[in-house]
Amino acid sequence: MKQVHVDVAVIGGGPAGLAAALAAHSEGAGRVLIIERNVELGGILQQCIHHGFGLHRFKQELTGPEYAQRFINLVKETDIEVMLETMVLEVTPERKIYAVNSQTGMLEINAKAVVLAMGCRERTRGALRIPGGRPAGVFSAGTAQRYVNIDGYMPGKKAVILGSGDIGLIMARRFTLEGAKVEAVVEVLPYAAGLTRNVVQCLEDYDIPLYLQSTVIEIHGTKRIEAVTIAQVDAQWNPIPGTERKIECDTLLLSVGLVPENELSSQAGVAIDPVTNGPLVDESMMTNIPGIFACGNVLHVHDLVDNVSRESERAGMYAGRFAVGSSNPAPRRIKVVAGDNIRYVVPHEVSTTEPVEFFMRVQRPEDSVVLDVGGLRQLKKTSVRPSEMLDVKITPEQLQSLEGDTLVMQIVPQKEA
Amino acid sequence: MDRTKKKATKVQVVIVGGGIIGTAVARELSRYKLDVLLLEAEPEVGWGTTKANSGIVHGGFHEEPGTLKAKYCFPGNQMYPQLCEELDVCFKQNGILMVARTPEEMDTVQLYYERGKERGVNVRLLNQEEVVAQEPNLDPGIIGALYAPEGGSVMPFELAAALMENAVQNGVNFRVNAEVINAWTEDGKKYLETEEEVFEADYVINAAGLFSDDLARMFGDDYFSIRPRKGEEYIFDLSVRDVVKSTIFPVPGKISKGILVIPTAAGNLMMGPTGDNVDEKEDLGTTQDGFNRVFEGAKSLVPSLNPRQIIAQFAGVRAASDRGDFIVELSPNVPGLVHLAGIESPGLTAAPAIAADVPRLLKEAGLELEQKEHFEPRRRDVLRFGSLSREEQDALVKKDPSYGRIICRCESITEGEIVDAIHRGARTLDGIKFRVRAGAGRCQGGFCQPLITQLLSRELDIPVTAVTKAGPGSEQVKFVAKELSEMEVAKS
Repeated sequence: MKQVHVDVAVIGGGPAGLAAALAAHSEGAGRVLIIERNVELGGILQQCIHHGFGLHRFKQELTGPEYAQRFINLVKETDIEVMLETMVLEVTPERKIYAVNSQTGMLEINAKAVVLAMGCRERTRGALRIPGGRPAGVFSAGTAQRYVNIDGYMPGKKAVILGSGDIGLIMARRFTLEGAKVEAVVEVLPYAAGLTRNVVQCLEDYDIPLYLQSTVIEIHGTKRIEAVTIAQVDAQWNPIPGTERKIECDTLLLSVGLVPENELSSQAGVAIDPVTNGPLVDESMMTNIPGIFACGNVLHVHDLVDNVSRESERAGMYAGRFAVGSSNPAPRRIKVVAGDNIRYVVPHEVSTTEPVEFFMRVQRPEDSVVLDVGGLRQLKKTSVRPSEMLDVKITPEQLQSLEGDTLVMQIVPQKEA
Repeated sequence: MDRTKKKATKVQVVIVGGGIIGTAVARELSRYKLDVLLLEAEPEVGWGTTKANSGIVHGGFHEEPGTLKAKYCFPGNQMYPQLCEELDVCFKQNGILMVARTPEEMDTVQLYYERGKERGVNVRLLNQEEVVAQEPNLDPGIIGALYAPEGGSVMPFELAAALMENAVQNGVNFRVNAEVINAWTEDGKKYLETEEEVFEADYVINAAGLFSDDLARMFGDDYFSIRPRKGEEYIFDLSVRDVVKSTIFPVPGKISKGILVIPTAAGNLMMGPTGDNVDEKEDLGTTQDGFNRVFEGAKSLVPSLNPRQIIAQFAGVRAASDRGDFIVELSPNVPGLVHLAGIESPGLTAAPAIAADVPRLLKEAGLELEQKEHFEPRRRDVLRFGSLSREEQDALVKKDPSYGRIICRCESITEGEIVDAIHRGARTLDGIKFRVRAGAGRCQGGFCQPLITQLLSRELDIPVTAVTKAGPGSEQVKFVAKELSEMEVAKS
């Protein structure tokens, strides 16, 4: 078995892993290794051939592959090592990584610091327990996206899309452009789950109907899907009798949520937040296991890759510091608590010596509100939406002025603030 | 009865149906100097009722005395360890626990205990403390249980495939996609017609499962019928694997053994099945109502079960007969026709014992049986990368680099295993999932399906658009990109 020793091992070569590796390298980590299971770097961005990436970071509308390529080019200019088509099978709490590829066989990689950047997977039909048969033609939206954009195949010509997550919206447009008819996008919530710009540019521009507070209650067909029955739902998401409607289709796409892929993390003993399904991390993006860091969609599901890059650079920077032994334990710890109308906040715990950028999501849409950061900062927001992640930066000085050892993040009405 | 123009091929014994019964009989008959052919309607064996079986190897204490179920169940159970060892199939002998919540239920448990004892089943009664010590995650309201340590679990599809492979090793022929569309007798000979061929058989074994009454009727036997009864099952993520050790049964109701909590041989926890009479033999849909009943039943046994950890569900239809018992007999009307029908639970457990009894029936029907000088009882399983140590994995990849390419990331299934499965007869995405579990994990094929599709296309030398989920008509991707938009342009 081949033994490898590195300063920082980054698991995953998507946008999170690329940014983390570059930051660790800039921080002075001598040997940085990216382990990527795919045939190329870039992760899921390689199949996101639509534009709209990089508005914040590069002030430009790039496609997914273009955005990824900017980082890949930067990596190529360094001596960061890349292993492609290499699958990590196990990570130990001692930061030993077992990985395999066809060329080398099994590898034992000993890392001073590990960055988890494995991304997320899509929720499945099985997880939703949609009743009915189990015919061909039911895909998660990302799988269909891969078939169309990477492999060059169209699953079918008459589609229904369940869930108005961003991938579903993007695929509604993609299917239409490829000559298929998208009969309906069906969303259980009273509002679209994806970004507003995607609702406008992918559905409204193509006259694709969006049915809110509705869901698929049955899949019809034995060999290939033939139709779905949709129905309106009540506030508890139970189908309302009498509202059923059968829609013929040969394809059902599911865009019903993403789940961080933390099986390797759990194996390594990393503690998981049941709300985000990602690791609990501190201000340095370090998990409860010393020297194991996490960033990107494996930590919590993002909607903008720009945020992934920024968060991952922080993780990479601290991982680099950890590897070269220059990080100091922070004196005072502050626990971050999700208050009113906040579903979660990352990081979960901070010190008072480092600048921090908090990422968070609200539980429900609200207008004319203030984001109150533990009384340290108050930001006016014309509206907040669960689909649109919020972020706020806090300085060490601000954190030092906090009384007590908990910071409550909350949404309050504007007049009260 | 229609006669055909196709030329008939003579075969000594034709087995109709490649479920667990048909494949077990095929393997049993491969011990003898016989010309045996198995016909399976589906693209692969084990795809009917078998693949949707709960996979429980029952203890042998449930069945009413005097029934054929009782006659074959316990002996079948006793054959499992050796059978699975020979066929290199995982038999997880994790025991069966039938739990009671009331003194009345405990009385019933006592009855099953005595029934088991009488048959020689290894059974023990456990008091509340012993139950808690053995299964700490069960509902605290459980006051006692019957424990049968020799019960267990197998993957029924794997077993059927292994039985077939071993039968083929020993000279049995088989056809898939070979539904019997017509059958008749003429001059004392039996004829079976498929889309492609006609066979003239001296002996016919009817192991056609849900369709065994239809086949019987083609031959003029209409004295039994199949009453399809559907069962829904729900599978949890692998991370829920250690909640219970044994398969947990409630005290059974009148019709079924109730809703169970089953640690499958693959490691996933499963709950089910329902038992609902249905009109359609191929009604494989799951339902919200079915889920509600399964979850309620399972939660009453194991309160910590969380529906958010369910990754998949399926339904199967039991081939129960109107007799309420197995039918294992020679046709009273057609010489040389053997009916193995109405094989509902505990059919999987009973299968090896039923198969072992078939030579007796054939002898009774006049067939002379002579054992082969050399019968090879051993079959090697697909080399499973995940079951090897790191050192063994390293050595394997160096020998065959295709084992270094992980295709299914959830279950760590390699290209080598998938290609092996295809070479053994997997023709579809489902076939690969059943054989090597690629696509059976938490992402349900979301990541690996496009890669497996490519492997099927490459190995079978068919276009990607011809790759199916489960046979013709279930193509996954129907068009090459641009094909549709060009069609649109051509129209306008």
